[in-house]
Amino acid sequence: MMIPLFAINFLSAFSGIFKYQFMQHAFEAGTVVAIVAGIIGYLVILRRSAFATHAFAEIGFAGAAGAVLLGVSPVLGLLSASTLGGIGIAILGNRATHRDIEIGAVLAFMLGLGVLFISLYTGYATEAYSILFGEILGISWANVLLTLVISAIILVVAAFVYRPILFASLDEEVAEAKGMRTVLLGAIFMVLLAASVAIAVQVVGVLLIFALMVIPAATAVRLTKKPVYAILLSVAIALLATWAGLLIAFFEPYPVSFFITSIVFALYLMVRLLVRRQR
Amino acid sequence: MVKPAEVVSARGLTVGYKDKVVWKNADFSVKRGEFVAIIGPNGAGKTTMFRLLLGLLQPVSGELRVFDAKPRKGNQKIGYVPQRHTIDNETNIECIELVRLAHSGNKLGLSLSPAEEKKAAYAALEAVGATDLAHKSLASLSGGELQRVFLAEALVSGPEMLLLDEPLSNLDLKRIKDLVGLVHDVVRSRNVTAFLVAHDINPLIKYLDRVIYVANGKVASGTPEEVLTSRRLTQLYGTRVEVLKDSQGNIVIVGGAEGHHED
Repeated sequence: MMIPLFAINFLSAFSGIFKYQFMQHAFEAGTVVAIVAGIIGYLVILRRSAFATHAFAEIGFAGAAGAVLLGVSPVLGLLSASTLGGIGIAILGNRATHRDIEIGAVLAFMLGLGVLFISLYTGYATEAYSILFGEILGISWANVLLTLVISAIILVVAAFVYRPILFASLDEEVAEAKGMRTVLLGAIFMVLLAASVAIAVQVVGVLLIFALMVIPAATAVRLTKKPVYAILLSVAIALLATWAGLLIAFFEPYPVSFFITSIVFALYLMVRLLVRRQR
Repeated sequence: MVKPAEVVSARGLTVGYKDKVVWKNADFSVKRGEFVAIIGPNGAGKTTMFRLLLGLLQPVSGELRVFDAKPRKGNQKIGYVPQRHTIDNETNIECIELVRLAHSGNKLGLSLSPAEEKKAAYAALEAVGATDLAHKSLASLSGGELQRVFLAEALVSGPEMLLLDEPLSNLDLKRIKDLVGLVHDVVRSRNVTAFLVAHDINPLIKYLDRVIYVANGKVASGTPEEVLTSRRLTQLYGTRVEVLKDSQGNIVIVGGAEGHHED
């Protein structure tokens, strides 16, 4: 009889936490972010864009820190800086994603700028901490709305260009010979990625961005060979980790991003060790 | 005036990149349903020929007509298999998805008729005898299997012309024979014109209608009997070249560029 008892406790605890508005907001934002990150993450894996993903997060850090310094919403700074970074890389061209050295130089400089802005800002020092490691529990209703709107735009655009981007990622030369605008598609992807990173940073922070943008999709592609299934699975993993992370963090005094990262990492490890690669 | 049976014709065609001429003054024509090999040493400009036919590169001078028109990007009548050595080891996607995307990957929005696309992809895999590979991961295929899938990818849009860039490299002799036989079947059964870039002409020679030999900045074209003679190749290379035949009809080309007859 232990199990039902636990289930009842679990359920009542679960409904209990929704009495708190900050938990409602965290779940709302966390849910849409997980959906977006799971989908865009699949394309990150397919296009080998993990490094660019991290770069956008760190470019976003400089933007967020600058916004804090100016007294503007850090989310706006984050979003505009990383999206500008996305447009910048897009202008440099498709191959820019493979220019690890150049991207590395830019992101190091951006982190440096971020550190400067943070040190110039004499007020509340935890701002930097929450940008770097995420602070979803304090998300405001305005930011939830902003996240919703941006996610909706990302998802609509992604659905629109889904097939061409998938094909160009798999077989760029043939796509080009078929007259597809592969450079333009790469640029659209970069901007989608930058915007997705910006909203995901709110949940897991700049430094833990891989927890939502890379690891769920990396786990999913080990379990299925069908793109649609891989995307659904990637979303499911991101959602599970986000929800469970929020739930645990409500009862435990440790950061949400730690739990999310641990859950996706444990799943990834399990799949790598236990599941034979689908061939 | 281009004769209707001619699908490709070149007159005084010169090509190059920036200040470097790759080859010049080429004249050749190819008829519908011909199996054509493009042979020549590395870096002679064989892939350049494909870039021209695909409209990805403009000629420096001369005229090139493809299906009685200027070559243009995105010509749906052409199926292209670029030169590829491997597929990314991490690309865990099943073969049918690649073929399916070659059929409808250029369309915007989500698919409204997935069943139809799948049917087309299966049909293309069937045409190359690769239905058993449909649900295998691209990363798990052998070189010969990959080339079959790439051929299906090219065939799925129902092309009238196939451009195959070094499909035989990295294959063992048996797989080479199988693939050449398969391409030949496709050419004959669908009345498709196929261009195949290769280093070694021997596995192809009994199937070929035409050879385009690219070397030394020049292009020679004709039937294998016309082109693969000591006289024509000596002319092409500008240095003494000897074409030797064995009892089986295999040929060895001695002289010219070093090692061009090898893989």
